[in-house]
Amino acid sequence: MTIRTGTRTAQRNELLWALLFIVPSMIGFIVFFAMPSVRGLLMSFTNWDLLRPAKFTGLANYIKLLSDKEFRHALRVTAYYVVLNIPLQTVIALGMAVMLDRFTKSTFIRGILILPWLLPNIIVALLWLWMLDPTLGFINQIIMSLGFERQPFLGSVTQAMPTIAGINIWRHAGYTAILLFAGLQNIPKDVYEAAAIDGADERQMFMGITLPLLRPVLIFVLVTSLIGSFQIFDTIVITTKGGPVDATRVVYWYIYEYAFVRFKMGYAATISVALFLILITITVIQMRYFNADTSDLD
Amino acid sequence: MTTRTQTKPGFSTQQIFAWIFLTLVIVVTLFPVWWVVRTGFSSKQEIYVDTFNLLPVGPTLNNFKRVLGMFSSEEAVAQGGTASGMDFWMNLKNSLMVSTTTILGQTFFSAMAAYSFARLKFRFREQIFFLYLTAMMIPGVVTLVPNYILMARELEWMNTYQGIIAPSFLMTPFSVFFLRQFFLSINHELEEAAKLDGASIPLIFMQVILPLSVPALSTLAILQFLGNWNDYLWPFLIGKAENMRTLTVGLAVFQSQTPQGSPDWGGLMAGTTLSLIPTILIFLVFGRRAVNAIQFTGFR
Repeated sequence: MTIRTGTRTAQRNELLWALLFIVPSMIGFIVFFAMPSVRGLLMSFTNWDLLRPAKFTGLANYIKLLSDKEFRHALRVTAYYVVLNIPLQTVIALGMAVMLDRFTKSTFIRGILILPWLLPNIIVALLWLWMLDPTLGFINQIIMSLGFERQPFLGSVTQAMPTIAGINIWRHAGYTAILLFAGLQNIPKDVYEAAAIDGADERQMFMGITLPLLRPVLIFVLVTSLIGSFQIFDTIVITTKGGPVDATRVVYWYIYEYAFVRFKMGYAATISVALFLILITITVIQMRYFNADTSDLD
Repeated sequence: MTTRTQTKPGFSTQQIFAWIFLTLVIVVTLFPVWWVVRTGFSSKQEIYVDTFNLLPVGPTLNNFKRVLGMFSSEEAVAQGGTASGMDFWMNLKNSLMVSTTTILGQTFFSAMAAYSFARLKFRFREQIFFLYLTAMMIPGVVTLVPNYILMARELEWMNTYQGIIAPSFLMTPFSVFFLRQFFLSINHELEEAAKLDGASIPLIFMQVILPLSVPALSTLAILQFLGNWNDYLWPFLIGKAENMRTLTVGLAVFQSQTPQGSPDWGGLMAGTTLSLIPTILIFLVFGRRAVNAIQFTGFR
């Protein structure tokens, strides 16, 4: 009997403490994650400039969005950026990861490679703004000393986006390489040994063992970098501010303009929801297509 | 053994190619950072004349003195700078304040929640945890505008520390998830022993669990500190006022104020160099742990 009541009070005690322990995080979750998400969704059906009360407009914002040429342009520019950024970044990172795995496990070298990712976007953007300066920048000095013409880079409609993609490849390739490197460590070495005995060459081993076994990590890296890539913003603040001639006016910049320059909160929320839906769709497709959760190791 | 003999025949060409590749990557990684420092120490006139020198040209500390507010604004303008550069010490103080407070609160409160999810039994535990997880999927852009409105209108926390700190002070879904994973891996026996000795749950949490989790807690703290330190848009939206700007905001404002035609590159790069120092310090002190922490994020 005494033992029983003992466990019951102990249980009640545990419940009480569990609640107390969860309450702070719960407040944070509800106030700054859950409620804003719901509110963002509700706002997307309204017209709201913060001065007058929000006006419910039904699907008007979404209908407007469908025929919004500027939004379509922003989407196209963002997609262009993603296409310039992700494949090249992943390939470079994969190359770096394989090199690290094969030739050096030095934490020091991995540390150096990760350095750009530790720096704030703002600093990375300033650094490259200076490196790429049309008149004084180091890159143009090299280009000219090799006998070529100086390049406008961020000042050119055609070059601005590839340049920004390059800047972010510089920042993220090392980080991505470290993630992939960690994945490579999980591939059992005896698989390679067996393949070597069977007479497989480097290329065959890479295609036949490394890539398939690395797939779960690769998918994770692709999904997260893709989601991040779609939300490019900080770099653009420093380098181009959406220009020249809207060449780098990405979706996030467009949302920023609507919310904090034009103060059209409702429509800004609508674009945010649309971007969210796009990201979710891409993620689901990627997961499905690549069977992300199964490893060929099993 | 076998792998060794395998790579041996190809040693010369392969190894050399790999090292050339790695060296190239390291140079491309480090050179721009050096170029920032080099420019920070160069004098304004020389930057225009000697654009190719790898060392600081016309070495000077004036850029740094200007950014650190050691010159009057007239003197600064006379040097080719801007009257309103950046207030480095103020920005540094704000960045430290915001990042430190955020990670202290976030790590502690997330640990409490994570402990509940990992060890204590209560109804709807899995459901609540799943809810937290779904928040990890929601990109920041969805909550950005509503959170801004919350700060601007309901809480009226514009240009305050609490405004910048609040959204990630009590938790982030990632922190809770990260720590729960770690707590699950801790052996039950120590807790059972403490329980038999009559220790209460908060006592077990404070004196058994937290001390055992120092590696995980510090790993998380480093990651989240860097995240906060590097953040730009949120502190910019909430802390635009001069006395509330963090380093990233201060630098961005500095850049936007420097004349487009002839930017104050020396000053900008001096400011950038100074802003690099805290990150580099963290990197040097916690380097190994930071690298491992980042590797871990790959498996969340």
